[in-house]
Amino acid sequence: MARVVVDVMLKPEILDPQGQAVQRALPRLGFDGIADVRQGKRFELEVEGPVDEAALARIHEMAETFLANTVIEDFIVKVES
Amino acid sequence: MTVTTTPGGAPSGNTRIGVVTFPGTLDDRDTLRAVRLAGAEPVPLWHRDKDLKQVDAVVLPGGFSYGDYLRAGAISRFSPVMETVIDQARAGMPVLGICNGFQVLTETHLLPGAMLRNNHLHFVCRNQRLRVENADTAWTSDYEQGQEISVPLKNIDGRYVADERVLDELEAEGRVVFRYRDLNPNGSLRDIAGITNAEGNVVGLMPHPEHAVEPLIGTGGTDGLAFFTSVIKKLAAL
Repeated sequence: MARVVVDVMLKPEILDPQGQAVQRALPRLGFDGIADVRQGKRFELEVEGPVDEAALARIHEMAETFLANTVIEDFIVKVES
Repeated sequence: MTVTTTPGGAPSGNTRIGVVTFPGTLDDRDTLRAVRLAGAEPVPLWHRDKDLKQVDAVVLPGGFSYGDYLRAGAISRFSPVMETVIDQARAGMPVLGICNGFQVLTETHLLPGAMLRNNHLHFVCRNQRLRVENADTAWTSDYEQGQEISVPLKNIDGRYVADERVLDELEAEGRVVFRYRDLNPNGSLRDIAGITNAEGNVVGLMPHPEHAVEPLIGTGGTDGLAFFTSVIKKLAAL
């Protein structure tokens, strides 16, 4: 089975307080030099059958209607072999 | 319309208001009770029901539908009951979304924008003052524009966001129904606590009017009751 990854991230203009909280904690923990952190979601889809254009189109539709809320989030679909 | 209620019994009014229970809904019982106290007949609806049992209006109550997995309200949006609610709302049926119900309404795109984690990342539970900005919707006609009310608020995903164009449109069309007063509890843009669709039949808000309908509990006031009396009058006038 092939794996398709959908990465979902808040749009750049949307405030991400969770990412900010992580970023603020980093120097306290001794990790310096990180100017910004944004937190997203990663979906790993194990696809039955071939990952052809039709399958990718379905996954794109799935991401657009369900996995991501495109009002606030962007997404990227990647095939992992 | 004259409506009388018998203590603990069924109301004699004929307005039927449905209250949807999703797995993870918490406030359905309080909402059913608020509907009854306002003088309508409360009708429990289950998330798997496509049939709305001939209700005249629907309330989507607060809680954590489907565990809020993925995003708050995202999975409920595809439930069988919501397919019918969406169709009926577009046809003009009054629909009120409270807290998680508001999140569901933004996920369905019946209302614009989206709800995100509170800017301070904490769960908030407080009595919240609100300003009624629009007393012309199906759910707010028993208030007066500019009136301030106090109702409980409890959420962690209550930060209302939309892009500037949508926010300007909401303001220009008078579709901001409630604004936070004294304190913005979650970082909602422009202090928005509740909005309506262009037609005024669909309203969503984060605070909980159904918890402020009896003097004994909640805020100790009954500021929330007018939501339910408003819609009863609206339906009686049709």
